[in-house]
Amino acid sequence: MNDAAEPILSVRGLCKKFGALTVAQSVDLNLESGARVGLIGPNGAGKTTLVNLLTGVVSADAGSILLGGEAIDKLKPEDRVHRGLVRTHQINTLLVENSVRDNVAIAIAERERYAWRGLRFTRQWRACLEEAEERLHEIGLAREADREVRHLPYGEQRLLEIAIALALKPQVLLLDEPGAGVPSTEAHIIHEVLDRLPSAIAILIIEHDMDLVFRFAHEIIVLVQGMVLTRDVPEKIAADPKVRAVYLGKCVL
Amino acid sequence: MMATSEHSAPTGAAGLRNRFQTAWHVLPWLVAIVFFFVASGYLSLGTQIMIWILFAISLDLALGYAGIVTLGHAAFFGFGAYVAGILTVRATGDPLIGLLVATALTGLLGFVTGILTLHTKGVTFLMLTLAILSMIYEYANRAKALTGGDDGLQGMSLDPLFGRFEFNIFGHTAYIYTLVVLFLWFLIAWRVVHSPFGRSLDGIRQNPRRMRAIGTPVWLRLVAIYTLSAAMAGSAGALQAYATRFVGLSVLSLFTSGIVAVTLILGGTKRIYGAFIGVTIYFLVQDYTAKIDPHLWEFVIGGLLIAVVLFLEGGLMSLVDSARNGLARLFKRSNRT
Amino acid sequence: MISYAMTILLDGVSFGMILFIISVGLTVTMGLMRVVNLAHGSFAMIGGYITAYMTQKGYDFYLTLAVAAVAAGLLGGLCEMTVYRPLYRKGELAQVLLTMGLVFISIAAINAIFGAFPYPVIMPKYLTELVDIGFRTYPAYRLFVLAVGGVIAAILWYVIEYTLLGARLRAAVDNQRMARAIGLNVNVLFTLTFMVGCGLAAVGGAIGAGMLSLEPIYALKYIVLFLIVVIVGGEGSFKGSFVAAIALGVIDTMGKYFIPEVATYMLYVAIFVLLLWRPQGLLPPKSAA
Repeated sequence: MNDAAEPILSVRGLCKKFGALTVAQSVDLNLESGARVGLIGPNGAGKTTLVNLLTGVVSADAGSILLGGEAIDKLKPEDRVHRGLVRTHQINTLLVENSVRDNVAIAIAERERYAWRGLRFTRQWRACLEEAEERLHEIGLAREADREVRHLPYGEQRLLEIAIALALKPQVLLLDEPGAGVPSTEAHIIHEVLDRLPSAIAILIIEHDMDLVFRFAHEIIVLVQGMVLTRDVPEKIAADPKVRAVYLGKCVL
Repeated sequence: MMATSEHSAPTGAAGLRNRFQTAWHVLPWLVAIVFFFVASGYLSLGTQIMIWILFAISLDLALGYAGIVTLGHAAFFGFGAYVAGILTVRATGDPLIGLLVATALTGLLGFVTGILTLHTKGVTFLMLTLAILSMIYEYANRAKALTGGDDGLQGMSLDPLFGRFEFNIFGHTAYIYTLVVLFLWFLIAWRVVHSPFGRSLDGIRQNPRRMRAIGTPVWLRLVAIYTLSAAMAGSAGALQAYATRFVGLSVLSLFTSGIVAVTLILGGTKRIYGAFIGVTIYFLVQDYTAKIDPHLWEFVIGGLLIAVVLFLEGGLMSLVDSARNGLARLFKRSNRT
Repeated sequence: MISYAMTILLDGVSFGMILFIISVGLTVTMGLMRVVNLAHGSFAMIGGYITAYMTQKGYDFYLTLAVAAVAAGLLGGLCEMTVYRPLYRKGELAQVLLTMGLVFISIAAINAIFGAFPYPVIMPKYLTELVDIGFRTYPAYRLFVLAVGGVIAAILWYVIEYTLLGARLRAAVDNQRMARAIGLNVNVLFTLTFMVGCGLAAVGGAIGAGMLSLEPIYALKYIVLFLIVVIVGGEGSFKGSFVAAIALGVIDTMGKYFIPEVATYMLYVAIFVLLLWRPQGLLPPKSAA
């Protein structure tokens, strides 16, 4: 409540180069609690790289990242997760040999750091399973709970990605193209789930599906060649000639 | 994987099912105990089998569960063997102290090499494990004064266990000692793989990226299991030294690393009992075919290996699983009527 | 003094040539098909034994080399189409195990057919003599190896860099998916390159018999060396395997001359340190993942 003005995620001057290729140029980004921000940009703009920089999978050349007021630049990706910065992946990264429920339960076990407390494992694991069951209910995957992920239809696998992320109780959630690869007949499921995401979480969503972004986001950031072109409410973005030019080329009829 | 939901079943059937499962668990140990009394002429073979089961389980922890593909595990086995052997020559013949020291030092070796190499993956890591194995082999080969070189370690003298039980050619002490050590390690391994820690290892094997994304310190976990696995292999090596009262360079050979991986694959990885089956089969095959032709067993093992990789993903344990599932279904059906 | 150094150099490079000839096939297999082929040494071994057997029966040395190369190539092609194909999709563990199974079978076969003792290749007379190279007399055999190695390296270099086949090969190594997408018949390419690699290994095993002696355990004993050449050089990199092979040959020889007690041991330490420093190898192909 006190830091409603203070953004939960604060990024300043993030820079990254791969050889001669600059993938992030002095990127500034703020997310308040409960934010719903879309990140769009043409292919190669550096959107996924930005997520990788935020999560620590790629280390930045310069700039600072503050989560809840604390610097997380030096932290390893797994530590940032424990601080509350969670992402989903553009391509499903699930444990395909395990069941849907197990995937969520394992995430919960990690969240609670049960790994080193092996002694009372039965009770702990059961608690993880119960919580997993609840999470699956919330997201609508409960009836698939026992199914092995490799037998799950693609759209539901995408849902599971989100379910796992939510199970980690994030403060900031980075959704990397949640609708990617989902057939249009199933896309509405993703939309519904996104609508129902807890309001306290700050969410940054990368998407190419413009319907989804415009519908979901309260604000949109446009990224072009690693640089933030503009940030505004969806209506203004849609009307912005610069944005049009970036997407459609300089020649706008 | 453990059953995640308990369906309500008539208590009679559930109780019977539990007893059925417990029977499976007790079986191999019963067999081992009975074997001791019934087959006293074959005790050394039995001891060998148990030592290799321990060795195979140690590899299973690293390879089957955590997905650490290594061809250098004989380094830990051999290191443990030599430490245990050299200790009896130079310091003390006490088999308990020797076992503990060998286990601890081998664990330390695993820890150090793990820290240095586990951040790499794939072929690079494989090569590093081969380099370490070769390094240790060559050192043992050259350090004749310490290890006996390619003649092997001479002059091991073991004190009797607890001051009473001698290690002699009849092999009674070695057998029981090995059985007890195997049992203790088995309990530890079982506990580890069925814990959240063990589950996370399975996750790391399948998808390290996913595990990092849920906050798992992947590298630390790998180092931990690698260390435990090394310590276990070191114990096996020490037992090997005690059983034969001799240590030769072959314990450090690539061949040994290969064979233990073979036994694991034959039996089925990621199933602790797979090691039991795989090792037993291996020794039986070797024993049987060696009578026909000294090199036939290499053919058979090679062929089995290829067949298992191509056609039987889960090793022979998957056959056992199918059999058990079949039996369980039979059971349920007869119970319903 | 100079003579001493030159001798070491010649010894080392000739040894390296053998390693190169044998390992170049392996670097392609591992770089192109991404298969860890522990059985590569078996093809070198088989080639060596074929040549040894035939020369002992009195056949012409060069004829036996040709027969060995062709036989190993055909055998390789057969293996590729039957047991290696399924491996491309399976993980590294499956590849290691299956190829290890092949190693066991090859060792058993050689043991059964030829017995366990070292099996010599009968070289033509002029190769067993010493040649005057100015500062000393030197075994013609090693000069022969140097020559053959150089020629093979040159031919391969030409093919890789300047022919369409070579371009296709490099493309497929760099980016297999893309290569398939633009219509390269990758399956045929795989089989052919595998066969050539096995044929070369056979030749290497045959002419290298004077340095890596033929015995049933050959396949297992030397595979670590071949893997070192491939991985230190960079999987899929011809230049890399050449450099690594020569370097390995020279360093190993120098070690044996100067510090024989710890030579082999230090070699592995060096490999260990090098791989930690450069996990991709010395000269990895451009887009090594």
